[in-house]
Amino acid sequence: MKDIFRRPRYFSIGQDKEHEKEEHKDTRNATAPQDRADRDASDAIWTKCPKCGELLYNRQLENNLKVCQKCGHHFRLSSQERIAFLVDGGKVDDGVVDTGTFEEQGKAVMPVDAIGFESLGQKYASKLVDTQRKTDLNDALIYGTATIEDVPVTLAVVDFRFFGGSMGSVFGEKLARAAELAIERGTGIVTVSASGGARMQEGIFSLMQMAKSTAVMAQLSEAHLPHISVLVDPCTGGVTASYATSADIVMAEPGALIGFAGPRVIEQTIKQKLPADFQTSEFLLKHGMLDMVTPRRELRTTIARLLRLYRGDQSPAAVTQKETSASSVQ
Amino acid sequence: MDHPKNNNNRSHTPIGSLREYVPAGISHKDEGDSAIQAIEPWQRVQIARHPERPHALDYIARLCEDFVEMHGDRIFGDDAAIVGGLARFDGQTVMILGEQKGRNTKENILRNFGMPQPEGYRKAERLMHHAARFGFPIITFIDTPGASPGVQSEERGIGQAIAQNILVMLEIAVPFIVTVIGEGGSGGALAIGVGDRILMLENSTYSVASPEAAAAILWRDASQASSAAAAMHITAPDLLEYGVIDEIIREPDGGAHSDPTVTLDAVREAIARHLADLQTTFAVDTPEGARRLLEARREKFRRMGRFVE
Repeated sequence: MKDIFRRPRYFSIGQDKEHEKEEHKDTRNATAPQDRADRDASDAIWTKCPKCGELLYNRQLENNLKVCQKCGHHFRLSSQERIAFLVDGGKVDDGVVDTGTFEEQGKAVMPVDAIGFESLGQKYASKLVDTQRKTDLNDALIYGTATIEDVPVTLAVVDFRFFGGSMGSVFGEKLARAAELAIERGTGIVTVSASGGARMQEGIFSLMQMAKSTAVMAQLSEAHLPHISVLVDPCTGGVTASYATSADIVMAEPGALIGFAGPRVIEQTIKQKLPADFQTSEFLLKHGMLDMVTPRRELRTTIARLLRLYRGDQSPAAVTQKETSASSVQ
Repeated sequence: MDHPKNNNNRSHTPIGSLREYVPAGISHKDEGDSAIQAIEPWQRVQIARHPERPHALDYIARLCEDFVEMHGDRIFGDDAAIVGGLARFDGQTVMILGEQKGRNTKENILRNFGMPQPEGYRKAERLMHHAARFGFPIITFIDTPGASPGVQSEERGIGQAIAQNILVMLEIAVPFIVTVIGEGGSGGALAIGVGDRILMLENSTYSVASPEAAAAILWRDASQASSAAAAMHITAPDLLEYGVIDEIIREPDGGAHSDPTVTLDAVREAIARHLADLQTTFAVDTPEGARRLLEARREKFRRMGRFVE
């Protein structure tokens, strides 16, 4: 309970680095690779909205949680940015990401080439190393502890930049550990998923992660702790057919692509054009598959309100009061 | 309704009508019967998809007595791609569930080529809860290229239906035996595949995606399916080595369809043995035993995966 009073500090996700001091801010993960790829000097200041074409001043875009001020398009986020926008003390300032109260766990769990996978002469093992170097991530999922509006929570976030956020053995193991950590701490778990589905390169092990993650979620459920699942753009395949849609609360950001089979596969199968809103968050809400569509700006408050409802707390003030009196008893 | 309405099981062509059909590239010669046959993964895919291969209803007819098929998900409809119902197996009442393919075009249209829609999985979920309520063991047969892709499937939440089944299978405390009899395609297979014991016929396959889908995802070229089948390691010996399955059931030389009776009886023997073993090991008729069975099932899946630390 004491960690809610802890000062926010800067935190890096690098596999080879420990916590850094505030003056050594880590800027390497400040931008998503799709932005980085066609970057030139002016891109350091401006970003063009891929949906409406509006030129957006980067500082303002950050202040608006990377949502286009003109059309409301929600930009994809790195896992660090996602955490920064969600947890207490988190912020993104001129590309510098501060993940606030978040403390990463399970960093040592690393992927291996489980089935000796080779595609068109390229070995999975070497592609893993390349991707780790490019993204500064060990694998697609990171998890840890944090507070949201002072409510302690366990948080697991998928980074789409790492093999399309696909679920392999490391993803499944870390998600399982996250749920076990939530049980141990007696907190709810929040998962934020952007994923292309199971990771083909790890074969059947990837498919089994769907059952593995669900097995631990079933234990969480028995402990009467909630799982809040946030689906963000894009989320398809095995992730939408396992933990992410069997959660207690399933919510999505506006305009996200969410579905089991990808739209390309369906179009090829039925040989018809798909409806314009097909597999969007709003489509899923209309068909009864989501509890709510929540704009990024309201995610924190909505999640915190839900967590307090599960805890039986009445308001942020009541929570603080309760914890203050609890620590004074100690 | 986007699926056939006539889905009673009467239109199921018996084995034998297509006996002469043998896919190209499969030799019946020079195969010892002492060891698992060493053949190319893509050839196994062909055998696993052989139209004459025994399908779920063939197993149910041969293995069980007094099968009573149960229909519908009580929400939207009935899906002929998944069959299920109560039956007597090895002297006790069980719940049987299986993905059902057809033998000809007409049957395959009725069965949607063994690709279930959300209502099929929700029927399976209903029958699993039903079995748990009465303490009946569950026996499932996996045989699907994958869940049905399509607009209606997505509208009715195919992903959510699969996710819900996976969760239910990790919450019900009755013995649960899974047998992969043909194609184990992706989440559509896993949706009835989270059991205490997972058995696989020698020439069946079980994969994270169908070879065609994997080739399309990896190389944007579905015609590379045979390469994807090899790269993904989808055969029974692979999966036994990975600890994902518990036993390989031998097929007659030439594949399950070359002598269906031998195949069906081998499957019956294996399921009966594993079921008896579970029932004695866990004393499943006591609440504590049932609880231990469920915990062991969760632990089995909790352990799956390969990583370093």
